[in-house]
Amino acid sequence: MIRYVLKRLLWMIPILIGVTLIVTILLDLTPGDPARQLLGNFATEEQIEALRVELGLNKPLIVRYLKFMAGVLKGNLGISYFTHESVTFEISRRFPYTLLLVVISMLIAIITGIPTGVYAATHQYTWKDNMSIVLSLFCVSMPSFWFALILVQIFSTKLGWLPSLGIDSWKSWVMPAISGAIGYSATLARQTRSSMLEQIRQDYVVTARAKGQTERKVIYKHALKNALIPIIVIVGSVFGASLGGAVISETIYAIPGLGNYTLSALTSRDYPVVQGSVLFFATLYSLIILLIDIVFAYVDPRIKSQYSRAKKKKERGAEPLPAGRSAQ
Amino acid sequence: MEIKVRKKRTAFGETWHQFKKNRFAVAGLIVVGLVILVAIFAPFIAPYPYDKQDLLNSYAGPSAEHLLGTDKFGRDTFSRLIWGSRNSLIMGLGCVALGSIAGITIGSIAGYFGGKTDNIIMRIMDVFSCVPMLLMCVVIAAILGPSVRNAIIAIAISTTPSAARLIRANILTVREKEFVEAAKAIDAGSAHIILKHIIPNAIAPTIVSTTMNIGNSILSGATLSFIGLGAQPPLAEWGCMLSEGRNFMREHMELVLFPGICIMITVLAFNLFGDGLRDALDPRLKN
Amino acid sequence: MENNVLLEIKDLVVEFHTDDSIVHAVNNVNITIHESQTLGLVGETGAGKTTIARTILGILPRPQGKVRQGEIIFEGENILAMNESRLRRLRGNKIAMIFQDPMTALNPIERVGDQIAEAISLHNKVTNAEAALRAMDMLEMVGIPRERFGEFPHQFSGGMKQRVVIAMALACRPRLLLADEPTTALDVTIQAQVLEMMRDLKNKLNTSVLLITHDLGVVASICDSVAVIYAGEIVEYGTVFHVYDNPGHPYTRGLFGSLPELDTDKTRLKPIKGLMPDPTNLPEGCKFCDRCDYAFDRCFKDSPPVVEIEPGHVVRCFLAGKEGE
Repeated sequence: MIRYVLKRLLWMIPILIGVTLIVTILLDLTPGDPARQLLGNFATEEQIEALRVELGLNKPLIVRYLKFMAGVLKGNLGISYFTHESVTFEISRRFPYTLLLVVISMLIAIITGIPTGVYAATHQYTWKDNMSIVLSLFCVSMPSFWFALILVQIFSTKLGWLPSLGIDSWKSWVMPAISGAIGYSATLARQTRSSMLEQIRQDYVVTARAKGQTERKVIYKHALKNALIPIIVIVGSVFGASLGGAVISETIYAIPGLGNYTLSALTSRDYPVVQGSVLFFATLYSLIILLIDIVFAYVDPRIKSQYSRAKKKKERGAEPLPAGRSAQ
Repeated sequence: MEIKVRKKRTAFGETWHQFKKNRFAVAGLIVVGLVILVAIFAPFIAPYPYDKQDLLNSYAGPSAEHLLGTDKFGRDTFSRLIWGSRNSLIMGLGCVALGSIAGITIGSIAGYFGGKTDNIIMRIMDVFSCVPMLLMCVVIAAILGPSVRNAIIAIAISTTPSAARLIRANILTVREKEFVEAAKAIDAGSAHIILKHIIPNAIAPTIVSTTMNIGNSILSGATLSFIGLGAQPPLAEWGCMLSEGRNFMREHMELVLFPGICIMITVLAFNLFGDGLRDALDPRLKN
Repeated sequence: MENNVLLEIKDLVVEFHTDDSIVHAVNNVNITIHESQTLGLVGETGAGKTTIARTILGILPRPQGKVRQGEIIFEGENILAMNESRLRRLRGNKIAMIFQDPMTALNPIERVGDQIAEAISLHNKVTNAEAALRAMDMLEMVGIPRERFGEFPHQFSGGMKQRVVIAMALACRPRLLLADEPTTALDVTIQAQVLEMMRDLKNKLNTSVLLITHDLGVVASICDSVAVIYAGEIVEYGTVFHVYDNPGHPYTRGLFGSLPELDTDKTRLKPIKGLMPDPTNLPEGCKFCDRCDYAFDRCFKDSPPVVEIEPGHVVRCFLAGKEGE
């Protein structure tokens, strides 16, 4: 098991290098000169050239890239062209907002989505199930940014209950979290429902009933536990997706998070910020996926035994029993 | 003595018969058809061109001349919604087409040839999928420059890895199946095996996931346009219209309401259709 | 020696309702099982055998399965009239069932011992430790070392999984065991071992068994009596000796005739021509008439009566007991 984790971590390194390489190359290919952008339209050529030397933009791409990577190893993700602050510092200042937003949204999505899915699966063929399917599809088909705007219009503009911009108090988090959660809640509901339905029709569920187990325990103790295993993976990918969706939420609600920051850095050609930010997101996402895979392998004994040394026990099944008993 | 024999249906016919039973799916299919028709015949249906301004008549309410009113520049909202269906559909279908073709090609090569080729290709796919999808779209679109075409490329690139993985997994499964061994046993050639046996069997799950992706791609396209990285004004595109209308939301909520409803209905229709298709192709899930 | 009656099924009719049609799965079945009796229920796939077993336990698929009429009397009560909680006290406790496919019958993420212990805890007031101990005893009873209590199903082979399933079923010493094709999914050699084990256990624990199978060899192996079922009806019933020596119903004769024989020189197998009738569209008259070599006019119109051709050996056929006519 440890070996598997180490192997995955080792593979992460070339992949992350690949990501930074691609981003750097792409940034270099874009039209638009950061120096020109910084100084504005009325700067002279000498001023622009001077700034380019200062920022190191006159050096060849490969040199710039290696310098960046060398910095990464020391924990230094570069200096922002605009604020002259360390990118690492900016990230550490802004990421907590993004993280909080994503975590709250995920919690809402899990708490509302999974039970809905279970409920729908256990009430299949009734109107409750059909309605939940339609409702989930509605929520999944709705542009989350549109839903966000509607929430703002109702709760902020018309009713004045919640603030629409920035972060002042706990109230500021309500709308962003809900609009961020709604699509994922519906996705989780749908996936949980189909996973449950698949488990409910399995033979071991019939066995459990034939043992005299109550229907409630059959569903929750047997079927649900099995059904939740693939859902773990879904939760992981939803978490990753909501990291991306944070960009939108933060823009709409003017939350000073990392997504917002990356977007504005892209438009203003603040290369170091983009490089550092993308690397940060990629690392975080890869770690989350790895974590999910570890949890998944741990929770499913079939997968767990593939990795642990309990493999030896499997062999035992083929050995004959002590004398007198028939072997199988 | 009479024996009752049920009329034999083709695979397609059987799928259609199952599909028909699901009223929501059929409704989805109808709406999808309608939206496509509206997009194709937009020039004939829309009363006004999408960029015709009438500054004296801005922010007008619904009337006989302007069914849903006008926007900031006096452009007819109803017409813009109709024209907008074109851009939104182009983005949705374009992304999926591009992404699927790229994904299927890459995944097939990786899946069939295996070994080192497979490994290298999959690592490259990993590089593209280790950044959250929307962030990847945003980065690529911002770098390429905001336009509908670049948004399509960006979204297609971000959806290629999962399409590649899916078809690769299916091919790996099918490759091991007995009928492929049987084909090899009678000495059928590689290409023949791929085309005649592997792809037809691996393709069914891909069809379903492709259809489901159309809805997501439309949403992604609208999202990119909303933050300024896709369709640019004065183009009529639903996400773009939302972004324009956002600033005047307080007084003119309808500018935000209608484009959003259009997006939702279109995506919902594609999703219902996709769901129904999946259920019809795999009837075990229903019973 | 006449034992007491343990379970009596009277005039049972069970249907399945689908979107398009109604499947007549069980049509007026009467079965009696005595104490210490092992009854084989033989028939083709789709004849209704599994449905009967599931109806006894009350685990028909809902909402499609419906019992149209009939009674199932067990220990003086009608099972079909019991409410769910009463049924639950019966299941796994007085009447237990084992299923065909051992590969999927066990919960893959629960330890094998825990699954057996669950059956014990459900019906006995014992501590968890007690239940675990008894589960380990059951494991040994079916030939699995007790140390394997904490292992998971995927760590066992097919035959051993089936032993676990049997251990689970017998854990509460049921009076009746419903075995639905317990060895069909196993290799022939393993099959023999499992059957031998079942024979030992049923004698030791004095359990009656309803053994559902399509394999006449299995019936000969461990059953005392046999009932042949066709299209949801019992067409022949008797002791194994009677039925095997002297099959009365054309279907039973066809079944024996289609078995390959080692001692004669035959070049072709002799199957029964045709297929079982469509259960959504059963013929009037005898349900076997379309495939029967001996059918005559009346067979197509009226339902044949049940005729006793030897003491305790009955056949549902117009020609029963009238050999040579």
